[in-house]
Amino acid sequence: MKAETDTTLNRRTFLKVTSLTGGGVALSLYVGNREGQAQFGPPPAPPTPDVYITIKPNNRFTIIAKNPETGQGIKAALPMIIADELDVDWNQVDIQQADLDPKYGRQIEGGSTAIPSNYTTMRQVGAAARAMVLEAAADFWNVPVDELTTASGVVHGGLGRQATYGSLADAVSRLEPPDITGVPLKDPADFKIIGQPVPGVENFQMVTGQPIYSIDVEPAGMLFAAYHKCPVFGGVVESANVDAIRALPGIQHAFVLDADPDGSGRASGVAIVADSWWVANNARQQLDVAWNEGPTAVENTTRYDEQAAALSSRASEAPAGGGRGVANIGDVEAAFADAAQVLEAEYYFPLLSHAPLEPMNSTAHFKEDGTLEIWSPSQIPGLANPARSAGIENDAATMHLVRSGGGFGRRLYSEYDIEVAAISRRVSEERMEAGLPTVPVKLLWTREDDMHFDMYRPAGYHFFKAALDGDGRLTAFRDFVPSVSSVVPANEFPRGFVSNFMANSIPITPFSIPTGALRAPSTNGVSFVMQSFIDELAVAAGADPMQFRLDLLANPVPEPQPAGGRGGRGGGFGGGGFNASRAAGVLEAVRRMSNWDAAYPTMGNGRGLGCAFQFAHAGYVAYVVDLTVADNRQLRVNNVWSAVDIGRQIINPSRSRNLVEGGFIEAMSHMMDWEITIEGGAVVQNNFPEYQPTRMSHAPSSIEVEFVLSDNSPTGLGEPSLPPAIPAITNAVFNATGERIRRLPMKHDGYRWT
Amino acid sequence: MPYTLTVNGTSTTVDTPEDMPLLWVLRDVLKMKGTKFGCGVGACGACTVHIDGRAVRSCMTRVANVNAAVTTIEGLSEDGSHPVQQAWMELDVPQCGYCQAGQIMTAAALLANNSSPSDADINTAMNGNVCRCGTYMRIREAIHRAAASV
Repeated sequence: MKAETDTTLNRRTFLKVTSLTGGGVALSLYVGNREGQAQFGPPPAPPTPDVYITIKPNNRFTIIAKNPETGQGIKAALPMIIADELDVDWNQVDIQQADLDPKYGRQIEGGSTAIPSNYTTMRQVGAAARAMVLEAAADFWNVPVDELTTASGVVHGGLGRQATYGSLADAVSRLEPPDITGVPLKDPADFKIIGQPVPGVENFQMVTGQPIYSIDVEPAGMLFAAYHKCPVFGGVVESANVDAIRALPGIQHAFVLDADPDGSGRASGVAIVADSWWVANNARQQLDVAWNEGPTAVENTTRYDEQAAALSSRASEAPAGGGRGVANIGDVEAAFADAAQVLEAEYYFPLLSHAPLEPMNSTAHFKEDGTLEIWSPSQIPGLANPARSAGIENDAATMHLVRSGGGFGRRLYSEYDIEVAAISRRVSEERMEAGLPTVPVKLLWTREDDMHFDMYRPAGYHFFKAALDGDGRLTAFRDFVPSVSSVVPANEFPRGFVSNFMANSIPITPFSIPTGALRAPSTNGVSFVMQSFIDELAVAAGADPMQFRLDLLANPVPEPQPAGGRGGRGGGFGGGGFNASRAAGVLEAVRRMSNWDAAYPTMGNGRGLGCAFQFAHAGYVAYVVDLTVADNRQLRVNNVWSAVDIGRQIINPSRSRNLVEGGFIEAMSHMMDWEITIEGGAVVQNNFPEYQPTRMSHAPSSIEVEFVLSDNSPTGLGEPSLPPAIPAITNAVFNATGERIRRLPMKHDGYRWT
Repeated sequence: MPYTLTVNGTSTTVDTPEDMPLLWVLRDVLKMKGTKFGCGVGACGACTVHIDGRAVRSCMTRVANVNAAVTTIEGLSEDGSHPVQQAWMELDVPQCGYCQAGQIMTAAALLANNSSPSDADINTAMNGNVCRCGTYMRIREAIHRAAASV
């Protein structure tokens, strides 16, 4: 019993109070040391509490936004949760962006994780702060706490007594803070801010052009840098005419940085620094660089394609051993032999670049005392590699988190921080040698740099084979993936709903193009191939494609051995495994919204309806798309219906709807135009003219969104809205024309938007 | 070379290379950061400003060729009260927001010439402005709303 009490004490999570000079109180979250930490290695540094709420005497509340903001709306969403439990009005709140600091725990924008991993803690922080205000008021009036109520940042004590939180700040600062895990939380029915449409907290700054983005950061005296790298991945500078560059008008510094592949990961390149970025970047035209292009220079997209086609002859090979990321349930070959119908199809989707509208950039200042200050737009900010790149210890570097113009996964990789750290150090050293003070430096990539040096969404080559019995029931499903760092849908639906299921993969080599996460990693391409091939099976079975999916979902097939990691693909974060009833729930919702049962049989002759669903990042999304295909393959999306299940609570419906619309619009870019191809180890596409995003005239007439509130913890929406949009559209194209889209982007088949 | 520009009603002289685009004169010389860099080739519209009331891509406009008054997002209104700015806030249009200065400048120029644009008019006017986050549905609605209040 005693041991248990000690454990509880050691793990106590409470608020720390600090009274502020000039009045007011700061409330910080303090996570106590965990048992055992002190037994290994040096004793941990005392944790610094992270200030979340400042109560000011004028009854305004500053709430910390701890995570990076890239447009997903987290800068409002997490403070909304605190403010609601604190029971203040949203217009009494000022939001302050946190710097990067271990005291805040995970400060990451990625994987739609911010809501699931912070929802409860943020509620507890707000509720515990409110509990302290109540206690202070109860002491002051000498009444029991349970006779008090709160509203709009004011405590009401009956008999007309009331006190603003601000007036109680002093008293709060003298209280013993409660363990936040013991403080009761609001009944969700009483939420006043959570669930309301709250506009973006920086909308005014955006519409009036104020400097809030990373590219706008300009500390006094700042210089501007361009960084010229080898177009072939892994290529290095052998020599460059930096003396001639330095002599150009306006150029202040020009130098070569070596590659640092085993340390910070920095790529080799030529840095050019001037007092305007255009002057620095323009000097690249005068650069004469001898590159050592390295081994990647032999790689081409056509070689990957040829290898994939050759490897497809091995599609029937069972995966060796019980490796992760593959599956072999039942006996697909036997089922193929017994089948009434066997279908085979080849699908493909290409490498993609992220192309957020704000090109990569970062600002750094290496100072006389050997410290480095960075202003970073990273989605997953970190000091280790920038510090390594500048040749300093982590604790000599500090980082401010700055709003970025879009992430989509691109800013999960922070080469710009790594590059600017080294550039800034070299610039400062050259200046100090010349007797000049150090100044900050901003590195900015061009759009072409951004497209040439991304971490690309891996391509996918999928060779499917499936079997139907005489009643049109699915009896076997097989996918073979010649892999270029590709996703193998080993845990994807219809696994678990068919007796025989196999997914296997063999790597294409060499493949040396850097790949990474793009919005809804793993499912952003796999949803297209899986939900399209399932549509083909429905058609072959003579079934309604909506009903075919629902019938599969209604009939799970127990697997002979533990599946292991079900839901790892597409699930991944915060939500556990695939839940067939939630998937069916969103399908039933779009079926009703779109009036599918009545409308679907009337389609054809250039008008089509398509459906698809996807489980991704703990959320369930289904779409129905209504479109028109003209004779010349001009495509027009008319209406879109979307049903979304991300749990029992939508934090901010305005932003959530916006994220669904945006996910659909982005999917249209993936589908029609976007592809990255490789020639000679380098990216072919340069800029938006060769990589056309969806534009205003392509946007659907309407996108209707319904949130299906299921009794599950709230999860994120940045990612789940994208993946099923693509197959919903391509399935509608089939419905309209009878032409099955098996290869993206569709522009290669003569399609274009109306 | 010295060039005299009128930006948001203020005359100012800058000393830059003649081929420096207006975008970089605004951002790096005049330190006005509202006008955004997206592509540098006139394909995304993030850098849209008004010259003599017309929406132009400042990344493709050499400073030497600027021969009329320039209005940027900072000068569209003194206090964010332009109907387009108001509609953008009322409908909570932005996600990342990076393109929105350019979207707003293009929309304001459209409404100055056409007080009641159809969806087709909006498509024609706005097609050069990319929103990577995909806020087109709200932009379209916001333009209609702003038109109603002009």
